[in-house]
Amino acid sequence: MEKSLVINPDKCTGCLQCEMACSYENEGVFNPSKSRIKVFTFHQEGRFVPYTCTQCSDAWCQHACPVDAISLNLVTGAKEVNDSSCVGCKVCTISCPFGTINYNQSSGKVIKCDLCGGDPKCATACPTQAITYIDANQTGMDKMRKWASVTDNTSTNTSANA
Amino acid sequence: MQYIIVGAGPSGVIACETIRKLDQKAQITLITGQKEPPYSRMAIPYFLEHKITEAGTYLRHNSEHFRALNIIVINEKITAIVTPKNTIKLADGTELGYEKLLLATGAHAVSPPIEGISLNDVHNCWTLEDARNIASKAVSGSSVVLMGAGFIGCIILESLLKRGVNLTIVEMGDRMVPRMMDDTAGGLLKSWCESKGVKILTSEQVTSISEADSSDKHSLIVNLKDSQDLSADLVICATGVKSNIDFLDGSGIIVDQGIIVNEFLQTNIDNIYASGDVAQGLDFSDQSLHVQAIQPTAVEHGRIAAINMVQHNSCVHHGSINMNILDTMGLISASFGQWMGVEGGQESILLDAKNFRYLNLQFKDECLVGMSSLGHTQNIGVVRGLIRSKVKLGIWKQRMMKDPSRLMEAYLADL
Repeated sequence: MEKSLVINPDKCTGCLQCEMACSYENEGVFNPSKSRIKVFTFHQEGRFVPYTCTQCSDAWCQHACPVDAISLNLVTGAKEVNDSSCVGCKVCTISCPFGTINYNQSSGKVIKCDLCGGDPKCATACPTQAITYIDANQTGMDKMRKWASVTDNTSTNTSANA
Repeated sequence: MQYIIVGAGPSGVIACETIRKLDQKAQITLITGQKEPPYSRMAIPYFLEHKITEAGTYLRHNSEHFRALNIIVINEKITAIVTPKNTIKLADGTELGYEKLLLATGAHAVSPPIEGISLNDVHNCWTLEDARNIASKAVSGSSVVLMGAGFIGCIILESLLKRGVNLTIVEMGDRMVPRMMDDTAGGLLKSWCESKGVKILTSEQVTSISEADSSDKHSLIVNLKDSQDLSADLVICATGVKSNIDFLDGSGIIVDQGIIVNEFLQTNIDNIYASGDVAQGLDFSDQSLHVQAIQPTAVEHGRIAAINMVQHNSCVHHGSINMNILDTMGLISASFGQWMGVEGGQESILLDAKNFRYLNLQFKDECLVGMSSLGHTQNIGVVRGLIRSKVKLGIWKQRMMKDPSRLMEAYLADL
Protein backbone atom coordinates (compact mmCIF):
# COMPACT_ATOMS: atom_id res chain seq x y z
CA MET A 1 0.00 0.00 0.00
CA GLU A 2 1.27 3.44 -0.94
CA LYS A 3 2.03 5.65 2.01
CA SER A 4 1.33 9.34 2.36
CA LEU A 5 2.32 12.16 4.59
CA VAL A 6 -0.65 12.78 6.83
CA ILE A 7 -0.86 16.08 8.63
CA ASN A 8 -2.90 16.69 11.73
CA PRO A 9 -2.67 20.40 12.51
CA ASP A 10 -4.37 19.93 15.90
CA LYS A 11 -1.30 18.11 17.18
CA CYS A 12 1.22 20.67 15.91
CA THR A 13 2.98 22.78 18.57
CA GLY A 14 4.84 24.97 16.07
CA CYS A 15 8.27 23.70 17.14
CA LEU A 16 9.55 23.75 13.52
CA GLN A 17 11.56 20.54 13.94
CA CYS A 18 10.04 19.39 10.64
CA GLU A 19 11.34 22.44 8.80
CA MET A 20 14.79 21.96 10.32
CA ALA A 21 14.88 18.29 9.37
CA CYS A 22 13.66 18.97 5.85
CA SER A 23 16.15 21.73 5.23
CA TYR A 24 19.02 19.64 6.60
CA GLU A 25 18.08 16.57 4.58
CA ASN A 26 17.61 18.44 1.30
CA GLU A 27 19.89 21.46 1.55
CA GLY A 28 22.48 20.38 4.08
CA VAL A 29 21.74 23.36 6.36
CA PHE A 30 19.42 23.98 9.30
CA ASN A 31 17.47 26.79 7.71
CA PRO A 32 13.66 26.76 7.91
CA SER A 33 13.43 29.13 4.94
CA LYS A 34 14.81 26.34 2.75
CA SER A 35 12.33 23.78 3.98
CA ARG A 36 9.87 22.11 1.63
CA ILE A 37 7.38 21.81 4.49
CA LYS A 38 6.14 25.01 6.08
CA VAL A 39 4.43 25.54 9.39
CA PHE A 40 1.95 28.41 9.19
CA THR A 41 1.05 30.21 12.39
CA PHE A 42 -2.41 31.54 13.16
CA HIS A 43 -1.58 34.03 15.86
CA GLN A 44 -5.14 34.91 16.78
CA GLU A 45 -6.17 31.30 17.26
CA GLY A 46 -2.81 30.06 18.58
CA ARG A 47 -2.89 27.42 15.90
CA PHE A 48 -0.16 25.89 13.74
CA VAL A 49 -0.62 24.23 10.37
CA PRO A 50 2.21 22.26 8.74
CA TYR A 51 1.77 22.26 5.00
CA THR A 52 3.48 20.56 2.09
CA CYS A 53 2.78 18.77 -1.20
CA THR A 54 0.15 16.02 -1.08
CA GLN A 55 1.64 14.33 -4.19
CA CYS A 56 -1.79 14.82 -5.78
CA SER A 57 -2.76 12.55 -8.63
CA ASP A 58 -3.48 15.52 -10.89
CA ALA A 59 0.17 16.55 -10.75
CA TRP A 60 -0.45 20.08 -11.99
CA CYS A 61 3.23 20.86 -11.64
CA GLN A 62 4.26 17.87 -13.71
CA HIS A 63 1.86 18.60 -16.54
CA ALA A 64 2.70 22.29 -16.65
CA CYS A 65 6.46 21.74 -16.76
CA PRO A 66 7.66 22.70 -20.24
CA VAL A 67 10.90 20.71 -20.07
CA ASP A 68 9.90 17.35 -18.59
CA ALA A 69 11.70 18.06 -15.32
CA ILE A 70 9.08 16.64 -12.96
CA SER A 71 8.53 12.92 -12.87
CA LEU A 72 6.65 10.36 -10.84
CA ASN A 73 8.62 8.11 -8.51
CA LEU A 74 6.83 4.83 -9.05
CA VAL A 75 7.91 3.45 -5.67
CA THR A 76 6.87 6.33 -3.41
CA GLY A 77 4.29 8.06 -5.61
CA ALA A 78 6.17 11.33 -5.17
CA LYS A 79 6.45 13.87 -7.95
CA GLU A 80 10.13 14.70 -8.07
CA VAL A 81 12.00 17.61 -9.61
CA ASN A 82 14.96 16.65 -11.73
CA ASP A 83 17.49 19.43 -11.08
CA SER A 84 19.46 18.78 -14.22
CA SER A 85 16.40 19.44 -16.42
CA CYS A 86 14.67 22.24 -14.46
CA VAL A 87 15.41 25.60 -16.08
CA GLY A 88 13.75 27.64 -13.33
CA CYS A 89 10.90 29.05 -15.45
CA LYS A 90 8.48 28.83 -12.46
CA VAL A 91 5.43 27.88 -14.53
CA CYS A 92 4.83 24.99 -12.12
CA THR A 93 4.74 27.40 -9.17
CA ILE A 94 1.70 29.22 -10.55
CA SER A 95 0.09 26.06 -11.88
CA CYS A 96 0.00 24.15 -8.60
CA PRO A 97 -3.24 25.31 -6.92
CA PHE A 98 -1.82 24.24 -3.54
CA GLY A 99 1.24 26.45 -3.79
CA THR A 100 3.51 23.63 -2.69
CA ILE A 101 6.17 23.88 -5.37
CA ASN A 102 8.38 26.91 -4.90
CA TYR A 103 11.19 28.76 -6.58
CA ASN A 104 14.54 28.68 -4.84
CA GLN A 105 16.37 31.83 -5.88
CA SER A 106 19.77 30.56 -4.71
CA SER A 107 19.72 27.51 -6.97
CA GLY A 108 17.60 29.04 -9.74
CA LYS A 109 15.39 25.95 -9.70
CA VAL A 110 12.16 24.88 -8.06
CA ILE A 111 11.89 22.71 -4.98
CA LYS A 112 9.12 20.53 -3.64
CA CYS A 113 8.59 17.66 -1.25
CA ASP A 114 9.87 14.36 -2.65
CA LEU A 115 9.01 12.31 0.46
CA CYS A 116 12.79 11.98 1.01
CA GLY A 117 12.72 8.92 -1.21
CA GLY A 118 10.28 7.11 1.08
CA ASP A 119 11.60 8.13 4.50
CA PRO A 120 10.31 11.66 5.07
CA LYS A 121 12.48 13.34 7.66
CA CYS A 122 9.76 15.78 8.73
CA ALA A 123 7.65 12.88 9.98
CA THR A 124 10.61 11.33 11.81
CA ALA A 125 11.45 14.66 13.41
CA CYS A 126 7.92 15.55 14.52
CA PRO A 127 7.72 14.96 18.27
CA THR A 128 3.92 15.03 18.50
CA GLN A 129 2.88 12.96 15.48
CA ALA A 130 1.30 15.94 13.82
CA ILE A 131 3.10 14.68 10.72
CA THR A 132 3.02 10.95 10.08
CA TYR A 133 3.85 8.80 7.10
CA ILE A 134 1.19 6.12 6.89
CA ASP A 135 -1.24 4.35 4.56
CA ALA A 136 -2.84 6.78 2.16
CA ASN A 137 -6.52 6.46 3.07
CA GLN A 138 -6.58 8.58 6.17
CA THR A 139 -8.63 11.53 7.24
CA GLY A 140 -6.44 14.68 7.01
CA MET A 141 -5.40 13.60 3.56
CA ASP A 142 -8.98 13.33 2.38
CA LYS A 143 -9.60 16.89 3.38
CA MET A 144 -6.67 18.13 1.32
CA ARG A 145 -7.77 15.96 -1.59
CA LYS A 146 -11.20 17.57 -1.37
CA TRP A 147 -9.45 20.82 -2.11
CA ALA A 148 -7.96 19.13 -5.11
CA SER A 149 -11.38 18.24 -6.43
CA VAL A 150 -12.81 21.74 -6.15
CA THR A 151 -9.84 23.23 -7.91
CA ASP A 152 -9.65 20.52 -10.53
CA ASN A 153 -11.10 21.00 -13.98
CA THR A 154 -10.77 17.35 -14.89
CA SER A 155 -11.65 15.62 -11.64
CA THR A 156 -14.31 13.48 -13.27
CA ASN A 157 -11.65 11.78 -15.31
CA THR A 158 -8.84 10.78 -13.04
CA SER A 159 -8.05 7.89 -15.36
CA ALA A 160 -6.21 10.27 -17.62
CA ASN A 161 -4.18 11.66 -14.78
CA ALA A 162 -2.46 8.54 -13.51
CA MET B 1 -9.54 5.19 -34.03
CA GLN B 2 -7.35 7.46 -36.19
CA TYR B 3 -6.23 10.59 -34.37
CA ILE B 4 -4.22 13.38 -35.94
CA ILE B 5 -2.75 16.07 -33.73
CA VAL B 6 -1.38 19.09 -35.56
CA GLY B 7 1.24 21.03 -33.64
CA ALA B 8 3.95 19.71 -31.34
CA GLY B 9 4.00 22.37 -28.68
CA PRO B 10 3.05 21.55 -25.07
CA SER B 11 -0.64 21.32 -25.93
CA GLY B 12 -0.25 18.88 -28.83
CA VAL B 13 2.29 16.74 -27.04
CA ILE B 14 0.26 16.36 -23.86
CA ALA B 15 -2.82 15.61 -25.98
CA CYS B 16 -1.02 12.75 -27.76
CA GLU B 17 0.15 11.33 -24.46
CA THR B 18 -3.30 11.60 -22.90
CA ILE B 19 -4.94 9.89 -25.88
CA ARG B 20 -2.41 7.08 -25.62
CA LYS B 21 -3.19 6.61 -21.90
CA LEU B 22 -6.91 6.38 -22.61
CA ASP B 23 -6.80 4.32 -25.79
CA GLN B 24 -4.01 1.78 -26.21
CA LYS B 25 -5.19 0.86 -29.70
CA ALA B 26 -5.48 4.39 -31.09
CA GLN B 27 -3.48 5.32 -34.16
CA ILE B 28 -1.88 8.64 -33.25
CA THR B 29 -0.05 10.89 -35.69
CA LEU B 30 1.63 14.11 -34.54
CA ILE B 31 2.26 16.68 -37.27
CA THR B 32 4.84 19.41 -36.67
CA GLY B 33 5.90 22.16 -39.04
CA GLN B 34 9.22 22.53 -37.24
CA LYS B 35 12.39 20.59 -38.00
CA GLU B 36 13.41 20.09 -34.39
CA PRO B 37 12.01 17.59 -31.92
CA PRO B 38 9.11 19.12 -29.92
CA TYR B 39 10.59 21.90 -27.82
CA SER B 40 9.43 24.51 -25.36
CA ARG B 41 9.73 28.20 -26.02
CA MET B 42 9.52 28.77 -22.26
CA ALA B 43 13.07 27.41 -22.17
CA ILE B 44 14.47 29.77 -24.82
CA PRO B 45 15.69 32.45 -22.36
CA TYR B 46 17.72 29.80 -20.56
CA PHE B 47 19.18 28.60 -23.86
CA LEU B 48 20.17 32.20 -24.64
CA GLU B 49 22.03 32.54 -21.37
CA HIS B 50 23.84 29.22 -21.88
CA LYS B 51 22.16 27.60 -18.90
CA ILE B 52 21.01 24.77 -21.16
CA THR B 53 21.83 23.45 -24.61
CA GLU B 54 19.28 23.22 -27.39
CA ALA B 55 18.40 19.73 -26.22
CA GLY B 56 17.52 21.23 -22.84
CA THR B 57 14.58 22.99 -24.49
CA TYR B 58 12.99 19.75 -25.65
CA LEU B 59 9.57 18.99 -24.23
CA ARG B 60 10.55 15.36 -23.72
CA HIS B 61 14.14 14.42 -23.11
CA ASN B 62 14.00 10.77 -24.08
CA SER B 63 14.58 10.67 -27.85
CA GLU B 64 12.57 7.44 -28.04
CA HIS B 65 9.63 8.95 -26.16
CA PHE B 66 7.19 9.19 -29.06
CA ARG B 67 8.26 5.93 -30.65
CA ALA B 68 7.82 4.17 -27.31
CA LEU B 69 4.25 5.48 -27.14
CA ASN B 70 3.69 4.40 -30.74
CA ILE B 71 3.05 7.99 -31.82
CA ILE B 72 4.05 8.70 -35.42
CA VAL B 73 5.75 12.08 -35.78
CA ILE B 74 5.72 13.80 -39.18
CA ASN B 75 7.82 16.94 -39.64
CA GLU B 76 5.82 18.73 -42.31
CA LYS B 77 3.65 21.85 -42.41
CA ILE B 78 -0.12 21.56 -42.69
CA THR B 79 -1.56 23.52 -45.62
CA ALA B 80 -5.28 22.75 -45.50
CA ILE B 81 -8.09 20.72 -43.96
CA VAL B 82 -10.62 19.11 -46.25
CA THR B 83 -13.43 18.72 -43.78
CA PRO B 84 -15.95 16.87 -46.01
CA LYS B 85 -13.32 14.18 -46.66
CA ASN B 86 -11.88 14.18 -43.12
CA THR B 87 -8.37 14.70 -44.46
CA ILE B 88 -5.54 17.15 -43.97
CA LYS B 89 -3.05 18.25 -46.62
CA LEU B 90 0.64 18.68 -45.95
CA ALA B 91 3.16 20.92 -47.71
CA ASP B 92 4.81 17.94 -49.44
CA GLY B 93 1.50 17.03 -51.09
CA THR B 94 0.56 14.19 -48.77
CA GLU B 95 -3.07 13.86 -47.76
CA LEU B 96 -3.82 12.09 -44.48
CA GLY B 97 -7.16 10.83 -43.21
CA TYR B 98 -8.38 11.29 -39.65
CA GLU B 99 -11.38 10.30 -37.61
CA LYS B 100 -10.64 12.85 -34.86
CA LEU B 101 -8.45 15.88 -35.38
CA LEU B 102 -6.85 18.21 -32.85
CA LEU B 103 -5.57 21.57 -34.02
CA ALA B 104 -2.82 22.72 -31.70
CA THR B 105 -0.98 24.81 -34.25
CA GLY B 106 0.05 27.50 -31.80
CA ALA B 107 0.83 31.09 -32.63
CA HIS B 108 3.43 33.07 -34.49
CA ALA B 109 5.24 36.28 -33.66
CA VAL B 110 3.89 39.38 -35.33
CA SER B 111 5.90 42.43 -36.30
CA PRO B 112 4.66 45.96 -36.83
CA PRO B 113 4.42 46.95 -40.51
CA ILE B 114 7.32 49.35 -40.54
CA GLU B 115 10.04 49.89 -43.09
CA GLY B 116 13.08 47.71 -42.53
CA ILE B 117 11.35 45.09 -40.37
CA SER B 118 12.56 42.32 -42.72
CA LEU B 119 16.21 43.35 -42.64
CA ASN B 120 18.78 40.70 -41.88
CA ASP B 121 19.60 41.74 -38.34
CA VAL B 122 15.98 42.09 -37.21
CA HIS B 123 14.58 38.99 -35.52
CA ASN B 124 11.57 37.89 -33.55
CA CYS B 125 12.03 35.93 -30.35
CA TRP B 126 9.62 33.05 -30.67
CA THR B 127 11.12 29.95 -32.26
CA LEU B 128 14.32 28.05 -31.63
CA GLU B 129 15.48 29.33 -35.02
CA ASP B 130 14.95 32.90 -33.75
CA ALA B 131 16.92 32.04 -30.63
CA ARG B 132 19.86 30.77 -32.69
CA ASN B 133 19.87 33.99 -34.69
CA ILE B 134 19.74 36.11 -31.55
CA ALA B 135 22.51 34.03 -29.97
CA SER B 136 24.79 34.56 -32.97
CA LYS B 137 24.30 38.33 -33.01
CA ALA B 138 23.80 39.33 -29.37
CA VAL B 139 27.47 39.06 -28.58
CA SER B 140 29.49 40.89 -25.97
CA GLY B 141 29.79 44.60 -26.71
CA SER B 142 27.05 44.64 -29.35
CA SER B 143 24.13 47.07 -29.23
CA VAL B 144 20.68 45.55 -29.12
CA VAL B 145 17.31 47.25 -29.44
CA LEU B 146 14.40 45.29 -28.05
CA MET B 147 11.00 46.28 -29.39
CA GLY B 148 8.32 45.45 -26.84
CA ALA B 149 8.51 45.19 -23.05
CA GLY B 150 5.80 42.57 -22.70
CA PHE B 151 6.20 39.13 -21.23
CA ILE B 152 8.55 37.80 -23.90
CA GLY B 153 10.64 40.93 -24.04
CA CYS B 154 11.08 40.98 -20.27
CA ILE B 155 11.85 37.31 -19.90
CA ILE B 156 14.89 37.51 -22.18
CA LEU B 157 16.36 40.64 -20.58
CA GLU B 158 18.58 38.78 -18.17
CA SER B 159 19.99 36.49 -20.83
CA LEU B 160 20.74 39.46 -23.09
CA LEU B 161 22.56 41.28 -20.30
CA LYS B 162 24.48 38.12 -19.41
CA ARG B 163 25.64 38.03 -23.01
CA GLY B 164 27.18 41.44 -22.41
CA VAL B 165 25.13 43.54 -24.81
CA ASN B 166 24.18 47.22 -24.54
CA LEU B 167 20.44 47.11 -24.36
CA THR B 168 17.72 49.62 -25.15
CA ILE B 169 14.05 48.72 -24.85
CA VAL B 170 11.37 50.53 -26.83
CA GLU B 171 7.82 50.01 -25.59
CA MET B 172 4.73 51.54 -27.12
CA GLY B 173 2.71 51.35 -23.87
CA ASP B 174 3.23 53.74 -20.98
CA ARG B 175 4.89 51.07 -18.80
CA MET B 176 6.48 47.67 -18.86
CA VAL B 177 4.29 44.53 -19.15
CA PRO B 178 1.13 46.63 -19.64
CA ARG B 179 -1.01 43.54 -20.16
CA MET B 180 0.21 41.80 -17.03
CA MET B 181 0.69 44.46 -14.36
CA ASP B 182 -0.77 47.82 -13.29
CA ASP B 183 1.16 51.08 -13.54
CA THR B 184 2.57 50.86 -9.99
CA ALA B 185 4.12 47.45 -10.62
CA GLY B 186 5.06 48.27 -14.21
CA GLY B 187 6.76 51.45 -13.00
CA LEU B 188 8.70 49.59 -10.33
CA LEU B 189 9.80 47.05 -12.89
CA LYS B 190 11.06 49.86 -15.08
CA SER B 191 13.15 51.42 -12.33
CA TRP B 192 14.47 47.97 -11.43
CA CYS B 193 15.65 47.46 -15.02
CA GLU B 194 17.13 50.93 -15.20
CA SER B 195 19.07 50.26 -12.00
CA LYS B 196 20.62 47.28 -13.82
CA GLY B 197 21.82 49.43 -16.69
CA VAL B 198 19.02 48.91 -19.21
CA LYS B 199 17.79 51.95 -21.10
CA ILE B 200 13.99 51.94 -21.38
CA LEU B 201 11.88 54.18 -23.56
CA THR B 202 8.17 53.84 -22.79
CA SER B 203 5.39 55.55 -24.80
CA GLU B 204 7.85 55.36 -27.68
CA GLN B 205 7.70 53.69 -31.08
CA VAL B 206 10.13 52.45 -33.68
CA THR B 207 9.06 54.14 -36.91
CA SER B 208 11.56 52.52 -39.26
CA ILE B 209 14.80 50.56 -39.37
CA SER B 210 17.46 51.13 -42.00
CA GLU B 211 20.87 49.77 -42.85
CA ALA B 212 23.76 51.82 -41.56
CA ASP B 213 26.59 53.04 -43.79
CA SER B 214 29.33 50.50 -44.28
CA SER B 215 31.65 52.87 -42.40
CA ASP B 216 29.44 52.62 -39.30
CA LYS B 217 30.47 50.03 -36.76
CA HIS B 218 26.83 49.07 -36.23
CA SER B 219 24.71 47.51 -38.95
CA LEU B 220 21.36 49.18 -38.25
CA ILE B 221 19.83 52.58 -37.56
CA VAL B 222 16.62 52.47 -35.58
CA ASN B 223 14.41 55.52 -36.04
CA LEU B 224 12.10 56.49 -33.20
CA LYS B 225 8.98 58.60 -33.13
CA ASP B 226 10.06 61.08 -30.45
CA SER B 227 13.60 60.24 -29.37
CA GLN B 228 16.92 60.30 -31.16
CA ASP B 229 17.87 57.49 -33.58
CA LEU B 230 19.58 54.45 -32.13
CA SER B 231 22.44 52.45 -33.62
CA ALA B 232 22.16 48.71 -33.30
CA ASP B 233 23.71 45.42 -34.34
CA LEU B 234 20.53 43.56 -33.65
CA VAL B 235 16.86 44.47 -33.30
CA ILE B 236 14.66 41.97 -31.47
CA CYS B 237 10.99 42.33 -32.19
CA ALA B 238 8.83 41.03 -29.35
CA THR B 239 5.66 42.97 -30.06
CA GLY B 240 3.10 40.20 -29.82
CA VAL B 241 1.81 36.94 -31.22
CA LYS B 242 -1.18 35.77 -33.24
CA SER B 243 -2.85 32.38 -33.56
CA ASN B 244 -1.86 30.26 -36.56
CA ILE B 245 -5.19 30.06 -38.37
CA ASP B 246 -4.43 31.02 -41.97
CA PHE B 247 -4.46 27.42 -43.21
CA LEU B 248 -8.10 27.15 -42.12
CA ASP B 249 -9.38 29.38 -44.92
CA GLY B 250 -12.18 27.55 -46.69
CA SER B 251 -12.30 24.73 -44.13
CA GLY B 252 -15.60 25.85 -42.62
CA ILE B 253 -14.05 26.03 -39.16
CA ILE B 254 -15.19 29.15 -37.36
CA VAL B 255 -12.42 31.49 -36.27
CA ASP B 256 -12.17 34.88 -34.64
CA GLN B 257 -8.83 35.79 -32.98
CA GLY B 258 -8.27 32.06 -32.79
CA ILE B 259 -10.35 28.95 -33.39
CA ILE B 260 -13.64 29.19 -31.52
CA VAL B 261 -14.10 26.21 -29.20
CA ASN B 262 -16.89 25.14 -26.86
CA GLU B 263 -16.72 23.79 -23.31
CA PHE B 264 -15.27 20.53 -24.66
CA LEU B 265 -12.56 22.31 -26.68
CA GLN B 266 -14.51 21.26 -29.75
CA THR B 267 -14.81 23.42 -32.87
CA ASN B 268 -18.03 23.89 -34.80
CA ILE B 269 -17.14 20.67 -36.64
CA ASP B 270 -17.88 17.68 -34.41
CA ASN B 271 -14.72 15.64 -34.90
CA ILE B 272 -12.32 18.58 -34.86
CA TYR B 273 -10.98 20.04 -31.61
CA ALA B 274 -8.54 22.87 -30.92
CA SER B 275 -6.26 23.65 -28.00
CA GLY B 276 -3.48 25.93 -26.81
CA ASP B 277 -2.39 29.21 -28.41
CA VAL B 278 -4.56 28.64 -31.48
CA ALA B 279 -7.77 28.11 -29.49
CA GLN B 280 -10.08 30.89 -28.43
CA GLY B 281 -11.52 29.14 -25.42
CA LEU B 282 -13.34 29.95 -22.24
CA ASP B 283 -11.66 32.30 -19.78
CA PHE B 284 -12.51 31.33 -16.21
CA SER B 285 -12.67 34.89 -14.95
CA ASP B 286 -15.10 36.57 -17.33
CA GLN B 287 -16.58 33.45 -18.94
CA SER B 288 -15.94 34.83 -22.41
CA LEU B 289 -13.74 33.45 -25.18
CA HIS B 290 -10.08 34.50 -25.30
CA VAL B 291 -6.83 33.37 -26.81
CA GLN B 292 -4.70 33.30 -23.67
CA ALA B 293 -1.52 32.00 -25.27
CA ILE B 294 0.07 30.83 -22.03
CA GLN B 295 1.72 27.53 -21.14
CA PRO B 296 -0.60 26.39 -18.31
CA THR B 297 -3.66 26.96 -20.49
CA ALA B 298 -2.07 25.13 -23.43
CA VAL B 299 -1.49 22.11 -21.21
CA GLU B 300 -4.94 22.25 -19.63
CA HIS B 301 -6.55 22.53 -23.07
CA GLY B 302 -4.49 19.68 -24.47
CA ARG B 303 -5.49 17.27 -21.72
CA ILE B 304 -9.16 18.15 -21.73
CA ALA B 305 -9.43 18.08 -25.53
CA ALA B 306 -7.75 14.65 -25.61
CA ILE B 307 -10.12 13.23 -22.99
CA ASN B 308 -13.11 14.54 -24.93
CA MET B 309 -11.80 13.17 -28.22
CA VAL B 310 -11.49 9.70 -26.74
CA GLN B 311 -14.37 9.72 -24.26
CA HIS B 312 -17.09 11.56 -26.18
CA ASN B 313 -17.15 14.97 -24.52
CA SER B 314 -17.16 13.66 -20.97
CA CYS B 315 -14.92 16.37 -19.54
CA VAL B 316 -16.14 19.95 -19.25
CA HIS B 317 -13.68 22.82 -19.44
CA HIS B 318 -14.83 25.44 -16.92
CA GLY B 319 -12.41 28.00 -18.25
CA SER B 320 -8.72 28.68 -17.78
CA ILE B 321 -7.34 31.34 -15.50
CA ASN B 322 -5.04 33.76 -17.24
CA MET B 323 -1.79 33.85 -15.30
CA ASN B 324 1.85 34.68 -15.75
CA ILE B 325 5.05 34.58 -13.79
CA LEU B 326 8.02 36.52 -15.01
CA ASP B 327 11.61 36.81 -13.85
CA THR B 328 13.05 40.12 -14.99
CA MET B 329 16.70 40.06 -14.01
CA GLY B 330 15.89 38.58 -10.63
CA LEU B 331 12.74 40.57 -9.87
CA ILE B 332 9.88 38.12 -10.00
CA SER B 333 6.44 39.37 -10.96
CA ALA B 334 3.23 37.42 -11.23
CA SER B 335 -0.36 38.07 -12.11
CA PHE B 336 -3.52 35.99 -11.99
CA GLY B 337 -7.07 36.32 -13.25
CA GLN B 338 -8.67 39.75 -12.99
CA TRP B 339 -5.57 41.45 -11.58
CA MET B 340 -6.88 44.76 -12.97
CA GLY B 341 -9.98 44.49 -10.78
CA VAL B 342 -13.67 44.20 -11.55
CA GLU B 343 -16.59 46.58 -11.37
CA GLY B 344 -18.00 46.71 -7.88
CA GLY B 345 -14.98 44.86 -6.53
CA GLN B 346 -12.57 45.74 -3.74
CA GLU B 347 -8.80 45.79 -3.65
CA SER B 348 -6.11 45.46 -1.05
CA ILE B 349 -2.60 46.66 -1.77
CA LEU B 350 0.73 46.32 -0.01
CA LEU B 351 3.55 48.41 -1.45
CA ASP B 352 7.20 48.55 -0.41
CA ALA B 353 8.69 50.46 -3.35
CA LYS B 354 12.17 50.70 -1.81
CA ASN B 355 12.48 46.91 -1.78
CA PHE B 356 10.54 46.37 -5.01
CA ARG B 357 7.79 44.45 -3.25
CA TYR B 358 4.17 44.76 -4.21
CA LEU B 359 1.07 42.71 -3.59
CA ASN B 360 -2.33 43.58 -5.03
CA LEU B 361 -5.39 41.44 -4.30
CA GLN B 362 -8.69 41.92 -6.10
CA PHE B 363 -11.96 40.73 -4.61
CA LYS B 364 -15.49 40.42 -5.87
CA ASP B 365 -17.97 39.94 -3.03
CA GLU B 366 -16.38 37.30 -0.81
CA CYS B 367 -14.10 35.76 -3.42
CA LEU B 368 -10.59 36.43 -4.63
CA VAL B 369 -10.72 37.13 -8.38
CA GLY B 370 -7.27 38.48 -9.19
CA MET B 371 -3.79 39.18 -7.94
CA SER B 372 -0.59 40.82 -9.08
CA SER B 373 2.71 40.93 -7.29
CA LEU B 374 6.37 41.79 -7.36
CA GLY B 375 8.92 39.99 -5.22
CA HIS B 376 6.54 37.34 -3.90
CA THR B 377 7.21 33.74 -4.82
CA GLN B 378 6.46 31.50 -1.85
CA ASN B 379 3.27 29.41 -2.14
CA ILE B 380 2.15 31.63 -5.00
CA GLY B 381 0.12 28.81 -6.57
CA VAL B 382 -2.54 29.11 -3.86
CA VAL B 383 -3.77 32.20 -5.69
CA ARG B 384 -4.85 29.94 -8.52
CA GLY B 385 -6.42 27.58 -5.97
CA LEU B 386 -8.37 30.38 -4.28
CA ILE B 387 -9.59 31.95 -7.52
CA ARG B 388 -10.47 28.61 -9.10
CA SER B 389 -12.32 27.19 -6.10
CA LYS B 390 -14.28 30.45 -5.52
CA VAL B 391 -13.88 29.92 -1.80
CA LYS B 392 -16.06 32.29 0.22
CA LEU B 393 -13.44 33.99 2.31
CA GLY B 394 -15.72 35.43 5.01
CA ILE B 395 -13.72 36.92 7.87
CA TRP B 396 -10.52 36.23 5.94
CA LYS B 397 -11.47 38.71 3.29
CA GLN B 398 -11.70 41.39 6.00
CA ARG B 399 -8.31 40.33 7.33
CA MET B 400 -6.74 40.40 3.87
CA MET B 401 -8.28 43.81 3.17
CA LYS B 402 -6.19 45.02 6.13
CA ASP B 403 -3.14 42.91 5.30
CA PRO B 404 -2.95 41.16 1.91
CA SER B 405 0.10 39.19 2.98
CA ARG B 406 -2.22 36.95 5.02
CA LEU B 407 -3.14 35.17 1.81
CA MET B 408 -1.62 31.85 2.80
CA GLU B 409 -3.33 31.89 6.18
CA ALA B 410 -6.63 32.52 4.44
CA TYR B 411 -6.00 29.58 2.19
CA LEU B 412 -5.18 27.27 5.08
CA ALA B 413 -7.82 28.51 7.48
CA ASP B 414 -10.21 25.66 6.77
CA LEU B 415 -7.65 22.92 6.80
